[in-house]
Amino acid sequence: MSTRGWFRHTALALGLAFLYIPILSMMVFSFNNSRMVTVWDSVNSPTLRWYVRLFENEQLLGAAWISLQIAAMTATGAVILGTLAGLVLTRFGPFRGRALLSAMTTAPLVMPEIIMGIAMLLLFVSLEQLIGWPTGRGMLTIVIAHITFTMAYVTVVIQSRLAGFDDALEEAARDLGARPVTVFFRITLPLIAPALVSGWLLAFTLSWDDVVISQFVAGPGSSTLPMEIFSRVRRGVSPDINALATIMVLIVATGVVASTVWMKRQERKRLLEEQMARSDAG
Amino acid sequence: MTQKTVDRAQEYVRIEAVTKRFGDFVAVDGISLSIFKGEIFCLLGGSGCGKTTLLRMLAGFESPTSGRILIDGQDMAGIPPHERPVNMMFQSYALFPHMTVESNVAFGLEQEGLAKTEISRRVAEMLDIVKMGEYGRRKPHQLSGGQRQRVALARALVKRPKLLLLDEPLGALDRKLREHTQFELINLQEQLGVTFVVVTHDQEEAMTLASRIGVMNKGQIVQVGTPTDIYEFPNSRFVADFIGSVNLFEGQLVEDEPGHVRIRCAELDSTVFVDHGISAAPDAKVAVAIRPEKIELSREAPSGDENRAHGVVKEIAYMGDMSVYLVRLDSGRVVRVTIPNSERHADQRVVWEEPVYLSWEPSSPVVLTV
Amino acid sequence: MFGKRLVIGVPWFWLLLFFAIPFLIVFKISFSWMQPIQPGYAPLFSWVEETQRFVATLNLSNYEVLFRDPLYLNTFLYSIKVAAISTVLCLLVGYPMAYAIARCKPSTRNLMLMLIILPFWTSFLLRVYAWIGLLKTNGVINNTLIALGIIDQPLTLLYTDFAVYVGIVYSYLPFMILPLYANLEKHDLTLLEAAADLGASPTKTFFRVTLPLSMPGVVAGCLLVFIPAVGEFVIPSLLGRTDQLMIGTVLSAQFFGARNWPVASAVAIALLLALLIPILLFQRYQRRELEAAKR
Repeated sequence: MSTRGWFRHTALALGLAFLYIPILSMMVFSFNNSRMVTVWDSVNSPTLRWYVRLFENEQLLGAAWISLQIAAMTATGAVILGTLAGLVLTRFGPFRGRALLSAMTTAPLVMPEIIMGIAMLLLFVSLEQLIGWPTGRGMLTIVIAHITFTMAYVTVVIQSRLAGFDDALEEAARDLGARPVTVFFRITLPLIAPALVSGWLLAFTLSWDDVVISQFVAGPGSSTLPMEIFSRVRRGVSPDINALATIMVLIVATGVVASTVWMKRQERKRLLEEQMARSDAG
Repeated sequence: MTQKTVDRAQEYVRIEAVTKRFGDFVAVDGISLSIFKGEIFCLLGGSGCGKTTLLRMLAGFESPTSGRILIDGQDMAGIPPHERPVNMMFQSYALFPHMTVESNVAFGLEQEGLAKTEISRRVAEMLDIVKMGEYGRRKPHQLSGGQRQRVALARALVKRPKLLLLDEPLGALDRKLREHTQFELINLQEQLGVTFVVVTHDQEEAMTLASRIGVMNKGQIVQVGTPTDIYEFPNSRFVADFIGSVNLFEGQLVEDEPGHVRIRCAELDSTVFVDHGISAAPDAKVAVAIRPEKIELSREAPSGDENRAHGVVKEIAYMGDMSVYLVRLDSGRVVRVTIPNSERHADQRVVWEEPVYLSWEPSSPVVLTV
Repeated sequence: MFGKRLVIGVPWFWLLLFFAIPFLIVFKISFSWMQPIQPGYAPLFSWVEETQRFVATLNLSNYEVLFRDPLYLNTFLYSIKVAAISTVLCLLVGYPMAYAIARCKPSTRNLMLMLIILPFWTSFLLRVYAWIGLLKTNGVINNTLIALGIIDQPLTLLYTDFAVYVGIVYSYLPFMILPLYANLEKHDLTLLEAAADLGASPTKTFFRVTLPLSMPGVVAGCLLVFIPAVGEFVIPSLLGRTDQLMIGTVLSAQFFGARNWPVASAVAIALLLALLIPILLFQRYQRRELEAAKR
């Protein structure tokens, strides 16, 4: 058993090293003075010059702002549509078109992005020819495309949350005289709130990160941050991208760590209260 | 067993030829039933017998495929759950985990649009009735199982329904707490005068709670009656076997008089004499059901040559308040006999492998034709 | 009743319009002729004045090209090979990790899961980019190996098949680990004790009990890696060979470079057909998981 324990710990340690070394190396070299990204200039480093240059780069900052807006709109839209789809699939029983809806919400999870990108672009082109909308391509088309592929993820998150709690809660509310709309807002929504938050964050991240689909459906002047990074990176490594990566990693890490700590504290509190309830059961 | 006087004239719920199908599966198969005002009616049956589906149709979560349900004379067809004068206590209690005990209980009253002061007065009053007054600010996960059950009850009763549906109300409680809670439930029901319809798979629970029991099997009600009726006068092999334990002997009617019958059973070495008449075709195949506690065990041969059998004790199980004897008759059939342990020292009791006689009173056997 | 229809209708029509119909359009365009002017493809049906009739001009040559031009078949097979090898590597790396996490103390477990997911929340593009810095001729790996005296000439690591495998394994590892973990975590550990009690060695127990029980997780993880990897476009264009393209790169080049939308559509349809069975398998898995969660 102890040899297996040793094997498990080694596997985990090596795996985590594999996951983190590239990121850490990128972060370290963001403070490197040399233009030769991977050769450490020990005389003049560490330096913040790439960070300064990054914040002077209006093109990148502009793209970041566009990406932020797109991601926020996408996440909001995807949460609304994904919640409806999740609710319909777990709570509404059989209806005509259910199988199609279920297939359409799981397919985007594994669909290669490039196929979705082409399909979305051709749709927008055809629509514009047919009904004159959407005129040209830009933020609107990116948001529509992003909502479509991210809502699948939100649907899965919502579905598993809804499947995890008792249908009887909603029935009890109806039994106590609440109309369906009241049931949704007073019972269902508060109960799936954590899933709404994680669904929103997931959709935000997926949208913020997407380059392939955006490339197809973006128009002039609507380059997203990943598109900008992609075109720079294709030309080779550049130190200010390291700086950008470091900033993004730090923001995400802070957020994830903070939320994990918070959730853990909530859980501990809950466990404690449950224990107390058992001990003073009368 | 509680015996209550129920005003039979006042029918409150009327179920008329109700059938419910899910695809090809018939969950409820043409049930007709009346439930009276102020009674505790138990639907008793094994899992999948359709009892919960019937309850859910009363609450309005399912609608009958055919047939009608009338509550207080009003046809319930097309009336959604939130508009029915009925409340339900769920098997899982279904307490809203994000609300305090008070808000859980207040939820139903808020839907009626009552004034805030009125709501808090009635909530406090109801929590006092179920002895949960001190726990109003707690969340459901901070309560024990028994406390949750009371909150669920309070939440359903605070709306002052005329009819309360209870789905396995004691199922989630441990044995000791169960017995205590059963009597509390009965007291509460008498105090508030609400009609209860209880679904349970537990015959003991049904026996203690119910004024009447409806035994269900395969989507149909096979017998309706008081607990005594159901136990002492089961109308079918299914009911006799389902409620309590019973020794069933297949036999043939040999003498059929208005005041008595005689039945010959291949597994018994004497005829069975029953001191009441039955309605069956001459020479009909019937079954004789005798409860284990109605059989006497003796070393000496009993007088008379009817209602007796001879065998050997094969097993004795000591249960504390009573002992169960398994006796193998000369025919090879094993019969179950229970004897109360009324004395602490019983040197006179029969032992393993001892030959014994079994006998019973002519009033004990029940003759079953179906 | 109206409210219920509305709730069903909104997501249903959204997905129909923006997900299902686009595929039909791609399918339609894959049978069109290329057209140098906007929109880049000729209509399938046209009104012919002289005969007063609708004429359908079906063009099968887009598909014919796929079979005749060895470039397409070649890239197709290469893409499937790369995706398959990467999937196997991903499984070999991910399974021990998922197993180790599932057997951790519950408190450590959540921390470990967070560590696995954390990189996933940071930019995919930047994580692939990080490997350029590591794998370059004068990159971190070569510099370190030379400094340690293990090699004296830098190895060619970047722009190779190896680099693509590493990039795919790195980017898709969480997709392999999470379904595997979800499965392994549910295992009843008394099964292992029972197997040991019946005389099986730990290794035998693993291969006879744990591995067979974890097959649904293995299949799900592999599908989640394999299907998107076949159509991968970013990783091969940043890390991969320049003399051997993957289908995603060819598709993108046909679309943006040659602006041959009909052929690009035909390639997309062919790719979709090739992936249809894995996609359907995945859908079945997903449905079962949700049903299991309901119980």
